[in-house]
Amino acid sequence: MSQQPDFDRLKKLASQIRRDIVRMVHACQSGHPGGSLGCTEYFVALYFHIMKHDPKFNMDGKGEDLCFLSNGHISPVWYATLARAGYFDPKELSTFRFINSRLQGHPATHEHLPGIRVASGSLGQGLSVSIGAAQTKKLNNDDRFVYVLMGDGEQQEGQVWEAAMYAPHHKIDNLIATIDVNGQQIDGPTEKIMSLLDLKAKWEAFGWIVQAFDGNKIEEVVKGLENAQKLAKKGKPVMNLMKTEMGYGVDYMMGSHKWHGVAPNDEELKKALAQLPETLGDY
Amino acid sequence: MTKFTFTEKKDTRSGFGVGLHELGKKNPNVVGLCADLTGSLKMDAFKKDFPERFFQVGIAEANMMGIAAGMTIGGKIPFTGTFANFSTGRVYDQIRQSIAYSDKNVKICASHAGLTLGEDGATHQILEDIGMMRMLPGMTVIVPCDYNQTRLATIALGEHVGPAYLRFGRPSWPIFTAPDRPFTIGKADKMIEGKDVTIFACGHLVWNAIEAEAKLTERGISAEVINIHTIKPLDVEAILASVQKTGCAVTCEEHQINGGLGDCVAQVLARFNPAPVEMVAVNDSFGESGTPTQLLKKYGLGPENIIEAVDKVLKRKKKG
Ligand SMILES: Cc1ncc(C[n+]2csc(CCOP(=O)(O)OP(=O)(O)O)c2C)c(N)n1
Repeated sequence: MSQQPDFDRLKKLASQIRRDIVRMVHACQSGHPGGSLGCTEYFVALYFHIMKHDPKFNMDGKGEDLCFLSNGHISPVWYATLARAGYFDPKELSTFRFINSRLQGHPATHEHLPGIRVASGSLGQGLSVSIGAAQTKKLNNDDRFVYVLMGDGEQQEGQVWEAAMYAPHHKIDNLIATIDVNGQQIDGPTEKIMSLLDLKAKWEAFGWIVQAFDGNKIEEVVKGLENAQKLAKKGKPVMNLMKTEMGYGVDYMMGSHKWHGVAPNDEELKKALAQLPETLGDY
Repeated sequence: MTKFTFTEKKDTRSGFGVGLHELGKKNPNVVGLCADLTGSLKMDAFKKDFPERFFQVGIAEANMMGIAAGMTIGGKIPFTGTFANFSTGRVYDQIRQSIAYSDKNVKICASHAGLTLGEDGATHQILEDIGMMRMLPGMTVIVPCDYNQTRLATIALGEHVGPAYLRFGRPSWPIFTAPDRPFTIGKADKMIEGKDVTIFACGHLVWNAIEAEAKLTERGISAEVINIHTIKPLDVEAILASVQKTGCAVTCEEHQINGGLGDCVAQVLARFNPAPVEMVAVNDSFGESGTPTQLLKKYGLGPENIIEAVDKVLKRKKKG
């Protein structure tokens, strides 16, 4: 989409989705708020400005842009975004991680939740799947894009690098991949657990077009993703290194890996919600 | 009933190659993926005639499974090709999450299964794959018995919707089924009618069962031979109907005794109609280098082992 985005609206959406995220994980006392809060601008930009997509979901998504989430543990941000984008009633967010819900702990197709095209949660697989989907778009002469998000800790999985090698070799240039570079993983900072070193140099050496942008400024995310579309379709896949802050928007969740996968208690929820204006009405 | 003999031998993987090529002609949505084993998997004809639908993945099986899953989104029907070990054990979690749990229409085609790949030895001789694959909810598991049936199974998979595992092998093997013998996924194939004992077999060992049956007939024992080419969904009715008549069963497979056809049959009988079962399978060990014939003999999978198992099960039946 080329028209000027309504940044005011996007910011309101981001604030509401952040409220949704913390309320969801609080209600079931489990799930992953840290990465979800950090990637909120990314999902808002994709679903409310960048992607051509239809909330009347169909699996094949012909003629639509497709979104994949490889780091499936940040499902809260995806579910909240899908609900706010009209894929299902936001009220259903209250069922997250409860028995008989379509909103499984990690994204799944099994319960037919609209918007999800493959299960994820076991890390390292999403880039391969999105390459396959992009390849099918080429075979079908479908000129839309495939978007995929991965974690930075996830880069430690070997399969990521198998996929990294494949995509440029097969000229998968309708693929726009993004890494959530928040510098954190479960056991601590990525550089302490298993150094990623220079991700830009690594992906470039594998033959990708690499750019970086700030993932917590909506203007920057929109600009970055629009630029990615311009870089794409030139024979190479595109990789965005998206710098984010884990837990962004809730002060006490920021600055460490602590809130990767911990739910706030009642007190903490109150503190979080006080920092996130309700803009569209809580579910 | 037909007497089964053969005039020609061929590898079952060639049946896959021919079947895939025919599917390629028939259905433009069929795509092939291979992890640096195009020749071994007999995918060259498909590659040559449909280059735009053939994808060389390199030695990266995990990536291949993920790509195949993704390619189904938008309507392609991917057939992946590599050795059975690298089609299953190597990539179990990829298959589990991206294909089986996600209900993707991927056909996992696996050659060089079992001991009979021969000289490469135990690193390549997977004997656990049937068990692993049949445990996955929603996975169809097919183990055809010869060249002709492997071709038919491949073609049948082109019409079938849902994740599937097709297991075949490397060695030259008797072609004893007719090229037009009916093949239906999930429907057991009764090869020889009998009344004293039922021999259930899959894959290469169906031929061994047929050889054993001929020798048993000479001794006045009437064995029924049933080819369970589809391990899952299992033809429970056919198994129960036959054992209802014969009262005992022998299972034969080129697989561990744990997790394979023997377990499938024993489970059905234990639940619905308890009867003695003997199992001809690899007895909880790894394989080794050797010729296919030597290996089948050493690991107890020959016709003589099937006869021994029949004698044993008949004794147990009488006692019962
Ligand atoms: C294959 C696999 N191994 C381990 C895990 C457990 N796990 C879940 S999230 C995570 C850390 C992921 O780190 P990162 O990609 O940086 O995500 P972030 O912590 O930034 O959300 C781990 C180890 C998993 N889900 N999958």
